[in-house]
Amino acid sequence: MQPFVPPLAVGLVEVIWMVVGLLAMFTGLSIVVLSLVWLERKALGRLQLRLGPTRTGLFGLLQPVADAVKLILKEDVIPSSSERAIFWAAPVIVALSAFMIWVTIPATEGLVLRNLELGLFYITAFAVIGILGLVLAGWGSANKYGVLGGLRSAAQLISYEIPVIMVVVAVGMLAKSLDLRVIVAAQEQIPYVAVLPLGMVVFFIAGLAEVGRTPFDIYHAESEVVGGPFVEYSGAHWSVFFLAEYINTFAIAALVVLLFLGGWSWPFDTAALAWLPSLPDIAWLGGLLSVVWFLIKVYSVILVVFWIRGTFPRLRIDQLMAFAWKAMVPLSFYAIVITGVYLFYDWPAWTLTLMSLTGLVVVGYIVYRRMMEPARRIAEIKARQAAQMAERRASRQAS
Amino acid sequence: MADIQTNLATNSPVNAEPVEMLLNMGPQHPSTHGVFRMVLWVDGEKIVDVEPHIGYLHRGSEKLCEGEQYHQVITLFDRLDYVANFNNELVYCQAVEKLMGLEVPERAEYVRVILCELNRIASHLLYVGTIGLDAGAMTPTMFAFRGRERIQSVFEAVSGARMMHNYFRIGGVKEDLPDNFEQLIAELLPPLREDVEESDRILTFNEIFLTRLKDVGTIGPEEAIDFGFTGPCLRGCGIEYDVRKAHPYSIYDRFDFDIPVGLDGDCWDRHWVRVQEMYESLKIIEQALEQMPGGEVVSSLGRRLIRPPAGEVYMRAENPRGEIGVHLISNGTDRPYRLKVRPPSFCNLSAIRRLLTNSWIADSVVILGSLDIVLGEVDR
Repeated sequence: MQPFVPPLAVGLVEVIWMVVGLLAMFTGLSIVVLSLVWLERKALGRLQLRLGPTRTGLFGLLQPVADAVKLILKEDVIPSSSERAIFWAAPVIVALSAFMIWVTIPATEGLVLRNLELGLFYITAFAVIGILGLVLAGWGSANKYGVLGGLRSAAQLISYEIPVIMVVVAVGMLAKSLDLRVIVAAQEQIPYVAVLPLGMVVFFIAGLAEVGRTPFDIYHAESEVVGGPFVEYSGAHWSVFFLAEYINTFAIAALVVLLFLGGWSWPFDTAALAWLPSLPDIAWLGGLLSVVWFLIKVYSVILVVFWIRGTFPRLRIDQLMAFAWKAMVPLSFYAIVITGVYLFYDWPAWTLTLMSLTGLVVVGYIVYRRMMEPARRIAEIKARQAAQMAERRASRQAS
Repeated sequence: MADIQTNLATNSPVNAEPVEMLLNMGPQHPSTHGVFRMVLWVDGEKIVDVEPHIGYLHRGSEKLCEGEQYHQVITLFDRLDYVANFNNELVYCQAVEKLMGLEVPERAEYVRVILCELNRIASHLLYVGTIGLDAGAMTPTMFAFRGRERIQSVFEAVSGARMMHNYFRIGGVKEDLPDNFEQLIAELLPPLREDVEESDRILTFNEIFLTRLKDVGTIGPEEAIDFGFTGPCLRGCGIEYDVRKAHPYSIYDRFDFDIPVGLDGDCWDRHWVRVQEMYESLKIIEQALEQMPGGEVVSSLGRRLIRPPAGEVYMRAENPRGEIGVHLISNGTDRPYRLKVRPPSFCNLSAIRRLLTNSWIADSVVILGSLDIVLGEVDR
């Protein structure tokens, strides 16, 4: 007979290690956010013919620090008619869900706070909690724009949660695990972007919507709902939302890399580097190099996110929902079905690539058709105008 | 369980009447283009009814004109449509000239036309930037403003001011163009055309931009005329009406240019018409530069104190926003007796209730942006 062990029994040392780990994660993520703020301002500036920040430190590197100091020193205004408790709790909920996701996201084989066998399940589950915070923030601030933004965020984020989860399921089927380390290990030979390109596209687009980035920044649209749920927030409270938004963006980019771009696995066989004599065989150095490689991949994905932000206008809420339910959700189900067929019949990997590319091409063709429709109209107008002009010239010459 | 069910039955929103929320948009909303206020009754995200409020920028310009001498009124006209200053100055000067029967030197006419068309491009570039912002794209704004900055530095070289130029005079312009004007404009036009093309490319046929603007805020030609639409808003409905062609003023009958028209009268057509108009304006400028003669730039009568004979006159002109009309009554003194402006933005804005009802909240911003109002002109 086994002795009874309480389910939550943990040793003191373990608790201390957990606290230290969480603090390290918090610090690391804060630094990441600072770097992202700088990178976004600089990248957007370059896209928009501007320089971006230049005055604070070298290349304006200290600009995010200055921003943070300013935000913390600012007066924290709480509207008198707001629900005080909810108003206070909302940013905490949003930030909590953003941070909790990172508990199980590995930066490399060994660098993870607590690897879970159901890691992906945990991530998708915690990502949804942020929605609650946004809705509460909108409602608690007793502002109509806030309420509109909060409800928009609920509709948008819950709709786009479905394609995200479905694609995650497809990836889990491929790797036969929800453990992120196992998923990365399964991509050692060939990253899943080559096997399931459709999944990557759907995941990336739905991920953009999940974190409310352009062209899906509808719930905090500056020109419509003036910041949405954040409209009444200022100072430190607002900066918590800001922090959560960037951490979420980083998380989505990291997930894209982990699920589809092979995580920290090198594009070549590391054994090929064995001839290098200067490379000392130290375990932590190899780990560090993998982390750097992983970060390079994540930051590249993030640069794409910024690039999209610098290029596209914003969709309308009904168009956004239509896109979710008419394009994203069917596509994600299609990804599951083709993955299932591929696994069941044990076909070679290129068949899945082919099937998933077929899906992409079909969607691409539909989008192309829709894009060409106004162009055809313009051609019509141009033809009509040319006819008018010719007529006018003829009459001028006749008179 | 039973409690919950009764609760659900009594509190169920399904059986309740649709609840309308009153949403106050403006005057301090980022996308109402100035101090315009709309009170929206919304049902969810749908707009049920709109009540526009204007007058936050009312300065009594028309009344102020009655207290100023004829030359001083020009500065007030600068401040009507403050992104198309030259066009405003032109229509007022022409009204007085028409009343006095004053001949304007050839060169002055060309200078005026070149500056007005440049100003039209500057105004439309500003529009492209703001519609981009309204639709949620930041980058076109910067691209458009680069072109606008180029134009404004030429304006600064010509008149000494980037806005509120006070450069046109009754009977001509204040002084001749700067000596290096030809070089300035030769350096301006090629990059300007590039800017226009670039802001066109990044926005006009963008898939998301099209979805946002096409078939939004549609208005038919008859209705548009009933509302008093003019300018790009009217031409967007497919009606080929441009004061420069229909009632040629100044020397516009000497240039070869087209009037772009839309097909459906929606926001995107209005946008497209404006973009095409910039190309047409460039055409006009190039022709005017070729034909421009030398000589005086202001008639000798214009340098004196102006005392038009008693009488009244109505002058119309094509502003970037539509037809501006000036009704001027003189009683023979050195100040206008009465001056009434027909502002294009005001008339275009009158359709806001018709356009916004039954649209989405997000559309309200785009529709307002596509009407391209300037509050300085609406409120006067």
